[in-house]
Amino acid sequence: MKQFIQDLAEKNNHQAKQLLQILREIQSCYHYIPEQAIEQLSGLLAIPRTRIISVVEFYSFLHLTPKGQYELLISDCITDNMHDKKNLTDYLAARLNVAVGAVREDGLVSLDNTSCTGMCDQGPAGLVNGYALTRLDRARIDLIADLIERREPLAAWPADLFQVEDNIVRPGLLLKQSMVPGEALRSAFKRGLKATLTEIERSGLRGRGGAGFKTAMKWGFCADEAQNERYVVCNADEGEPGTFKDRVLLNSFAHQVFEGMTLCAAIIGAKRGFLYLRGEYLHLYEQLQGILDQRRQAGLLGVNILREGLDFDIDIYLGAGAYICGEESALIESLEGKAGIPRNRPPYPVTQGYLGKPTVVNNVETFLAASAIAVNGADWFAKVGTEKSSGTKILSISGDCARPGIYEYAFGTTVQTLLNDCGATDVLGVQMGGPSGTFISSQEFDRKLAFEDLATGGSVIVFNENRNIFDIVHNFTHFFAHESCGFCTPCRVGTSLLRKQVDKIYEGHGSAGDVAALEELCQLIKNYSHCGLGQTAANPVLTTLERYPELYQGKLKKISYEPGFDLDGALDIARRLAQRDDAGAHLSQVGDHE
Amino acid sequence: MSKTITIDGDSIPFEDGQTIMEAAAAAGIYIPHLCHHPEFAPHGSCKLCTVIVNGRACSACTFPAMDGQEILNNSKELNDDRRRITQMLFVEGNHLCPGCEKSGNCQLQAIGYYLNMLDNHFLHFFAPRELDASHPDVLVDQNRCIFCTLCVRASHKDGKDVFAISGRGINKRLIFNADSGLLKDTDLDVSDQAAHICPTGAILIKRTGFTQPIGERLFDHKDISETSLEQEQGDHDR
Repeated sequence: MKQFIQDLAEKNNHQAKQLLQILREIQSCYHYIPEQAIEQLSGLLAIPRTRIISVVEFYSFLHLTPKGQYELLISDCITDNMHDKKNLTDYLAARLNVAVGAVREDGLVSLDNTSCTGMCDQGPAGLVNGYALTRLDRARIDLIADLIERREPLAAWPADLFQVEDNIVRPGLLLKQSMVPGEALRSAFKRGLKATLTEIERSGLRGRGGAGFKTAMKWGFCADEAQNERYVVCNADEGEPGTFKDRVLLNSFAHQVFEGMTLCAAIIGAKRGFLYLRGEYLHLYEQLQGILDQRRQAGLLGVNILREGLDFDIDIYLGAGAYICGEESALIESLEGKAGIPRNRPPYPVTQGYLGKPTVVNNVETFLAASAIAVNGADWFAKVGTEKSSGTKILSISGDCARPGIYEYAFGTTVQTLLNDCGATDVLGVQMGGPSGTFISSQEFDRKLAFEDLATGGSVIVFNENRNIFDIVHNFTHFFAHESCGFCTPCRVGTSLLRKQVDKIYEGHGSAGDVAALEELCQLIKNYSHCGLGQTAANPVLTTLERYPELYQGKLKKISYEPGFDLDGALDIARRLAQRDDAGAHLSQVGDHE
Repeated sequence: MSKTITIDGDSIPFEDGQTIMEAAAAAGIYIPHLCHHPEFAPHGSCKLCTVIVNGRACSACTFPAMDGQEILNNSKELNDDRRRITQMLFVEGNHLCPGCEKSGNCQLQAIGYYLNMLDNHFLHFFAPRELDASHPDVLVDQNRCIFCTLCVRASHKDGKDVFAISGRGINKRLIFNADSGLLKDTDLDVSDQAAHICPTGAILIKRTGFTQPIGERLFDHKDISETSLEQEQGDHDR
């Protein structure tokens, strides 16, 4: 181990900002971060051991205690749950004789849940030692269990288990066009970089992660900073449950994404860029490295790109299981090898980002669109969409529909059109923009896909009339409590309080006043949290409570108060010890409403 | 003419680079806070200092003062919500004021009084938290930690990095920089500022608990808005 870690530190130039990448490799080799590794790394990277421990404890895929040689994680997204995930997980647990959340006694295998792995169009899904498993069913679970019991190395597992389909159902403006690598850069240099930025501005392109900040404005701000070092970061940490479009873009359109980053670098004057790839997409890592190599060989990355005097290169960083790292300043912290805790703003990343230098952070789809605009011009893009939301949006549609997959629509398209195209019938409602977005009911399907109406990062989950609103809210609320970084009080404590309050009502213990308390708590979390995670964590409750107040009230018991604990249960041990159980000493725990 | 901001209708001057908290303190206006301390870079995590700046909620300790800002601070709505946030801190940990030797000198308790907190409102978490009594002079009781990171920041300034916050979400914990993980094996000295900075009773100096009798403590005769303005003038580290 000593040599392994020594080599790892050397490979990373003993830089503390590589800590997360180093820890990922240690976890992958030893299935935990041993004490000895912490000790040694602390010396090699010249950082306190506490910093290493705090990083390990922050990311879901890193562990201080040993996991199995086969680390199995099952995606706990609502879409997986709609496809029998719970029973399949129990079946897998029984097949391998390991409890969910535990490591088997012989250390061979561990099993646990994980947040959405971005395979909602081909779930139930999971991960084995970080690699995506798709379309899980009993037959595939039998196969996986046998392979594990036989101690078959992953390389020898049937490739079909790891097969990830693109499922592009409806390509549009961006997904239909084919681009030769280098075309966007050549167009930009020919037109002039300033003129290209103006072209992007005229196109009206807004950030595709969901917030919708104007891309040209962001690039312009960054370029105007009086600094000589700048960075371009592509946010491929798509962790919003129900989103998987970036997975497809990086699998089949990676050249265009990297070209968009290179274009940005040319315009703002950056020499280095990063693709921050969510850990769940480890299966794309080698392939993406290969494409970067191809681009270097083609003179599209590296020194003097296209002989235009542009020096720029891209590194790929892997996340390690933390939804919060999709927030741009948390992502930058993570790139610097730290826990992903969102920064205070101002300053914004365009003025002080990676290593304190001006940094542009954009979504995968934004870079893809920017490169397409450089080739085809602003009008090509702006002629579709609405006045405030130009162009198209690439959606990941999943849930109760005949054809889950990738759909590209002009902004302004109605939800009903989406539902018709994906083959959804008897629809109860649609979760637009994932758990942090909005739940819309069947009364609202004439609403439009647009920043000014239904803004979405790309997640669209369809629910039919057999689904229970509370199952959905319960799943999403647990998700946010699990993913809260814990930095600020309202989100750290509030999301856990919200989870408890939702559980209480979900399990039928709610009484009069509990819905009012729920709403009060939601407003506190929404209004006082530090970042977007907390500010949207209550949306699943708030957006369904607004639409189905009678459903919530109907869940409550007809009593005025139900205590948060079971008094007789708490006294049970004492009664058994004392061997006394007076009938008169059992107090009524509830008061009648009337 | 100097630049001004308006807090609850009062116009107050500020200098470029000052946060709203600093400008307010200099003008004798108290904004409730726990994780802020004028000697250290602001953290912005407790959210008690949330004020409404031109209609938007901002942390006063981190948000820069800018000319013409209209700020709401001492409103009923804000103080009601600040009380709820304080109650969140109380139910998250295990805070038993009557038995705590910090009682009367505790900022969390004093904030509770200042905001007229009469109950815990939320359900208690009753989280099992550790206590480290290994150090000869300093005791750490994690039951009372509110993750303000003042000890982390102070110890970094002491050049020792004894403390760090680890974990994610509701599972956060304070950890110590020693192979054994025990406080006694760190470089912490009783004279370090980090040993004295804790706003609650999470870090205590041994054998001094009751040298100052109840009745003669910091918040026994003055509320936290007064002591804060007396003691916490000046601008933070930059």
